[in-house]
Amino acid sequence: MSRQSNRTTDSKKMNSELFTLTYGALVTQLCKDYENDEEVNKQLDKMGYNIGVRLIEDFLSRSSIGRCQDFRETADVIAKVAFKMYLGITPSVTNWSPAGDEFSLILENNPLVDFVELPDNHNTLVYSNLLCGVLRGALEMVQMAVDVKFAQDTLRGDNVTEIRMKFIKRIEENLPARLSHMRNTVRG
Amino acid sequence: MADESLFDFLHMEIVSHIYREQQSSKEEMDNKDRAVCVSVLESMGFRVGQGLIERLTRDSPSFKDELDVMKFVCKDFWTKVFKRQIDNLRTNHQGTYVLQDNTFSLLTQLSNGKQYLDQAPKYLAFSCGIVRGALSNLGLDSVVTAEVSVMPSCKFQVVVQKL
Repeated sequence: MSRQSNRTTDSKKMNSELFTLTYGALVTQLCKDYENDEEVNKQLDKMGYNIGVRLIEDFLSRSSIGRCQDFRETADVIAKVAFKMYLGITPSVTNWSPAGDEFSLILENNPLVDFVELPDNHNTLVYSNLLCGVLRGALEMVQMAVDVKFAQDTLRGDNVTEIRMKFIKRIEENLPARLSHMRNTVRG
Repeated sequence: MADESLFDFLHMEIVSHIYREQQSSKEEMDNKDRAVCVSVLESMGFRVGQGLIERLTRDSPSFKDELDVMKFVCKDFWTKVFKRQIDNLRTNHQGTYVLQDNTFSLLTQLSNGKQYLDQAPKYLAFSCGIVRGALSNLGLDSVVTAEVSVMPSCKFQVVVQKL
């Protein structure tokens, strides 16, 4: 029995390593291709966005979460369901703004940065910026325009990793044709 | 622990990005552009392959010979990375190996036949790099190419370079 579970855990870990190593190779390649960290951060965000707009479909079909009533519920779903499902971690949701339109996700550990160290000449690089794009793209597909950025980063010496999410506005229903079938799902 | 689907999403986006950037202002890509894209993807895969094999063989004893290494790649390594074993391994016992995977995990979402056949090489470059990187860290310098005639079946050709 324990041998079986070792194999499953091993294979999950290996997939996790495949992902984190690939992500590392991507960041390395982007640093080679673009002159400065700002540009790399932008590219990571853009790529994350492209992934996010597809990931949301995968998420909705696997989680059978209905429409969130408000931003607080959205925050909980992101932290407790989405992060858990995709990265195996559950960040805590804190630092709500008085208006309830801004919050922080605190990640004790960030799987993307296992075995990663930033070299000295890259101190404005936001290594995990892909995540910001993913969140932004995914939420846009469910009619929410949000601003997402890293407020703290363990790779840059902070104690925790903090992602700050701000609700900008509700997007009017201009769903692209291929996602119009989701209109009903999201309302559910 | 990252979910399996994350790698698939990331890989697809990386391929799109590399091709998008190479094309940038041009109307069409020529063969030289395509070769650059394949080469970039392959070298990214190489680093990943090296990393993966290090983690996987940390506690393993060393291999008896070249064939032993290839069998390991076909079974343990392929299972861990591509979620299945190689279906068929052929060799001429002179350094050339053909690894056939009938349901290659990176192609199953693309098509189930001949549709998009011309797109397949884009999605195989990274994997060729992974294999070459893994072999490199196991002491074998090689050239790895992939060939597809009907998706999702795929043949990887490994030619071990003699020093």
